[in-house]
Amino acid sequence: MTGKRMRSRFNEIKFLTAFYSLRVKYAALLVFQYRLATFLWVVGLIVEPVIYLVIWSTVAREQGGIIGGYTLADFTAYYLVWMILRVVNIGLHPGAFEWRVRNGRWSHLLLRPLHPIHDDIAFLIGNKALDFVILIPILILLGLFFRPDLNPTGWQILLFIIACLLGFLVRTVWQWALGLTTFWVVRVQAIFDLYFAIELLLSGRIVPLDLLPDWAQRLANFLPYQWSFGFPIEVAIGRQTWSQAVTGIGIQLCWIVGGWILVMFLWRRGVKRYSAVGA
Amino acid sequence: MYAISVDNLSKSFFVPIREAGLRASFRSLFKREHREVLAVQNVSFSLEPGEMVGFLGPNGAGKTTTLKMLSGLLHPTAGEVEVMGFTPTGRDKEYLRQMTLIMGNRHQLIWDIPALDSFELNRAIYRIPHDEYLQTRDEFIDLLDLQEIVTKPVRNLSLGERMKVEIVAALLHRPKILFLDEPTIGLDVAMQRRIREFVKTYNERYQATVMLTSHYMADIEALCRRVIVIHNGQILFDGALADLVKRYSANRRLVVTGPAVAADFSRYGVVVESGSGRVVLNVPRADAANVTSRMLHDMPEIDLLIEDPAIEDVIEDLFAGAGMGASDERDPLAR
Repeated sequence: MTGKRMRSRFNEIKFLTAFYSLRVKYAALLVFQYRLATFLWVVGLIVEPVIYLVIWSTVAREQGGIIGGYTLADFTAYYLVWMILRVVNIGLHPGAFEWRVRNGRWSHLLLRPLHPIHDDIAFLIGNKALDFVILIPILILLGLFFRPDLNPTGWQILLFIIACLLGFLVRTVWQWALGLTTFWVVRVQAIFDLYFAIELLLSGRIVPLDLLPDWAQRLANFLPYQWSFGFPIEVAIGRQTWSQAVTGIGIQLCWIVGGWILVMFLWRRGVKRYSAVGA
Repeated sequence: MYAISVDNLSKSFFVPIREAGLRASFRSLFKREHREVLAVQNVSFSLEPGEMVGFLGPNGAGKTTTLKMLSGLLHPTAGEVEVMGFTPTGRDKEYLRQMTLIMGNRHQLIWDIPALDSFELNRAIYRIPHDEYLQTRDEFIDLLDLQEIVTKPVRNLSLGERMKVEIVAALLHRPKILFLDEPTIGLDVAMQRRIREFVKTYNERYQATVMLTSHYMADIEALCRRVIVIHNGQILFDGALADLVKRYSANRRLVVTGPAVAADFSRYGVVVESGSGRVVLNVPRADAANVTSRMLHDMPEIDLLIEDPAIEDVIEDLFAGAGMGASDERDPLAR
């Protein structure tokens, strides 16, 4: 790499760092203005895993306390970590893409010397700040009540944090790619509904992937979903060895790069179709 | 080198059409019909660096579509556009750092936080050096008297206040090219004047090239010597504002005051206003000199003022197809 190119790459990283730090800060400031809404949102969010936890605990108890290698305490650990992943993984709602196309709200994003995906990623990161402030005490209380089997080592915590961040990027980038279809088909809610329905089954969201039939587990290996949910959870609860965890992180990176290439491909074609109606 | 150069620019849209009602709706499930709308047709013009040009036309004439193509938001169907040496649709970051498009409905500020924070974010996005940013920001805040406003959350601002801070946000990076699409729409007269003065100051201070659309002729008269008139996607006129009036107004206005205003003036021209000690007549432009000398001969005691009609009236006549007596070979309405 020539010196000029290296300088340019360095400047780009410096610019993105400055932008991200500011945008994350302002996104966090926004949610702190709506504390009650965020509190209710997080409380509503924990209802889902608690339901799964109750169901699977009951099933495990009836099966003699263990099912598919998961004990009651394992299930508890799984769904408590699930809550962290759910907050980390929140991506852009499909309605946002429709709204941008139907109301011309891509316009001001297109006029700036910055790809809009950076704005969305930074916004989503900042948006989670208050979620975590609320979630952490809830997790501690639930942990004291349910007593999960959760004793991660140092490297497991480190790899879990990396897997969480990459899982967020996998989900965001692929949802973005899907959202860009609004340049062709304005209403994408139905496409997203289908996408999320499959995600529910094949990501480890409803049930740990190990408990799925073999064919479903094989199918899940060809899709990005588990790399946002099941994989980071399994790293945290110790169901992945060091080498499996590192390999998994490599696969997450591949899904991010693949999604990024797809986003850029769709973006270049999509913006040519943008009619900027409404703004 | 021109700041903006447009050559045979065209843009068409395919829009779905169907009649109203359930039956038509059901039919459209199986057979969709589209119609091609020619929003801009073979438009050519160029702007010198630092020039301020008014872009006039009725609703749907193609003004905004043209500005969106110049800014890179829309891809042309045909033709060439070059702005500051860049092809806008390439969305080169260097180009985007040198231009701004301000539209009447603006959305670039973050709704729930003070405008100052959005300004700061724009500083990062446009990579404005910190000292330059502070200098420009404070200068604009002074010019538009925004000291009290910029610290309030944007959602608490009035329409006019929001427009002013949006304009500041759009100009913090000192763009060399400004596309202003109805920048004063919905504002009261005082606010319109303030924004006009601001745009003028900005143009003078930074030698920016400005292309402005507005339905308020006061904006155009205050800012632009040159206007481009577009109608049905085609250029009707491109030249000095004064020439537009001369070319397209068939009449001149004679304003009579003095002791004889009670007399019958209808023999001199069309009386359009009478009362309050004055009479206003419309007379054909070609006859104006003759009529004036006849009136002064008949009634030497009157005071007489000869005016061009209001620019709004000229434009209205032009779009209505009237006032086309003057020859203009390029004029599509004359064909």
